[in-house]
Amino acid sequence: MTTLNWGSISSMLVLFGTAILVVTVASLIKSSKKDLLVQVMTALGGLGGLAAVIIYWHRVSSDGAKLSFADTVRIDHLALFIIGVISSIVFLSALTLKSFFAREKLFRAVTTEIYVLILLSATGGAIMASANDLIVLFMGLEVLSLAAYILAASNIRKAQSQESGMKYFVIGAFASGFFLYGIALIYGATGSTKLAQISQKLVSGAFVDDGFLLGGIALFLVGLLFKVSAVPFHVWTPDVYEGAPSPFVAFMSSAVKVAGFVALIRVLGGALIESAADWQPIIYAVSIASMAVGTLAALVQTNVKRILAYSSIAHAGYILIGIQAATKDGFAASLWYLAIYAMLAFASFSIVAAREGAISGNSINDPNHIDNYRGLASKQPFLAVIFAILLLAQAGVPPTSGFYAKFSVISAVVDARSYPLAIVAMIIAVAAAFIYIRLLIVMFFTPADSSLLGGATMSKTAFSKTTSKTMSPITQLDASENSDATFDKWKKLGANKLNLAVLTLAAAFTIAMGVYPAPLLELAQSAAQSLV
Amino acid sequence: MTVTQFVIASAVLFSIGVYGVLVRRSAVMVLMSVELILNSVNINLVAFGALHDNIAGEVFALFVITVAAAEVGVGLALVLLIFRNRKNINIHEVDLMKG
Repeated sequence: MTTLNWGSISSMLVLFGTAILVVTVASLIKSSKKDLLVQVMTALGGLGGLAAVIIYWHRVSSDGAKLSFADTVRIDHLALFIIGVISSIVFLSALTLKSFFAREKLFRAVTTEIYVLILLSATGGAIMASANDLIVLFMGLEVLSLAAYILAASNIRKAQSQESGMKYFVIGAFASGFFLYGIALIYGATGSTKLAQISQKLVSGAFVDDGFLLGGIALFLVGLLFKVSAVPFHVWTPDVYEGAPSPFVAFMSSAVKVAGFVALIRVLGGALIESAADWQPIIYAVSIASMAVGTLAALVQTNVKRILAYSSIAHAGYILIGIQAATKDGFAASLWYLAIYAMLAFASFSIVAAREGAISGNSINDPNHIDNYRGLASKQPFLAVIFAILLLAQAGVPPTSGFYAKFSVISAVVDARSYPLAIVAMIIAVAAAFIYIRLLIVMFFTPADSSLLGGATMSKTAFSKTTSKTMSPITQLDASENSDATFDKWKKLGANKLNLAVLTLAAAFTIAMGVYPAPLLELAQSAAQSLV
Repeated sequence: MTVTQFVIASAVLFSIGVYGVLVRRSAVMVLMSVELILNSVNINLVAFGALHDNIAGEVFALFVITVAAAEVGVGLALVLLIFRNRKNINIHEVDLMKG
């Protein structure tokens, strides 16, 4: 008889249970306090997941990894580390969403559903993080993705959001097909879907066919690299991130990506570590391509959300560097980078969402155009300073977390003797600084009412549905007047205080991790140690 | 017991599915092509389950069928959303965002 160790999956149960509880309570209550109640419950769900992670971290430290449900679920430090990151993102998302719902009338009818989808998506991520069997990994991936597709399309009146959801869905389902076919071939080659048994079969060499295994690894990688948006499987990312509502992009670019990477680390670093020589070259090439394409494409974008989307592709390349090393240090560096990146991506897109809130309501075609960030330092100095900290961290400037994250993946790959990869990564890191410096210059050194950038000309625009390409630059005077008025109104709602608190927390985390990285780094190292 | 025929049949189905996703214009046909990919995986899983004489393959196939149903549910909802807005479901024309 196998034992069902419900306690060990308590963090997953908390996230899932909160989702069920939220949907139940919201359908029973009709009062105007419903939204607040639902928000508080979601935030508590995130905190509860984090608390369960902390409790179990110590138990796992003393008793070792806990296997349950016929060995299909493995709660070890790696799983707990990632579930901790995802739960924190859920908590912060729940806090920032209030200001979003305060200004988007369309969403007021579906606030509950949004919180539920976020919680369910996070549950899927938690399932992936603790999967010890390819079946469970696949189920977790689908739970995570299906909720994310709906979040992307949730702004149902906006053509861009619909398009974003559709693209995300088609690409996601397509990638799932490759992922599954890869799993089927790996199963065919080894005769098991359990990660531990696959690894044993590879060690003993008792598998059926080398061709099946190699084909399986290749297709599996294609599927997961789609999910983490690494080049050449990245084309969907900028479109999806541009069209989807910004607060949900914050969630998708952090929690969803973290889950995709943990699946890569679990399978490549656990089950397939014996055939590292087969997958390392693929990761090597994909990593370089992601860094280069992400950085170069971000340089020519004019939409801040697309800039951040391409920069997230470049970050995916850096995270893959640590995986390429295929050593415990490499995986630890990647996990540490993941935690840092999740916070940076979440906070950056939250700032985009906050800025949208301050300027929506006038005739601006594209609220995320880089021109709308002109002179942000004088209009919203607090937001500008936090954004500056986050951008510097993404560029990898020393007193911030981003520097140490990049440093640790590069040093891991140097230890693994992949010198060219390390050199390319460092060169691209320098080039990447231009992306972020460009945004900093726009925010701090460009007056709000001039048109110094990109040969922008002033012209009034009336139509509301155009792309960033056909968009003519907005009338800056009008925009700043309107925006300040809207911002004041928004401020009066009192909804943005929480938002600013979350952003401050993110900035504080970013600096704290740069100054004193040791505690989180130790957690990441013990997470990497728990790989089979 | 040879699995070669099944693996070949599955590979052919998979290729047809991939071709359909890449080439078909109608979003519904794209969804059907995705289903084809998932079903090719099912054939593989069941065949390998018989080859290795264990039940994991069949169990996995059941999970895949369930997930495929859920996926089509979400997919058709999205198609409906696009159709209401644009009055057609040609996904090659859904290109507001580029670059």
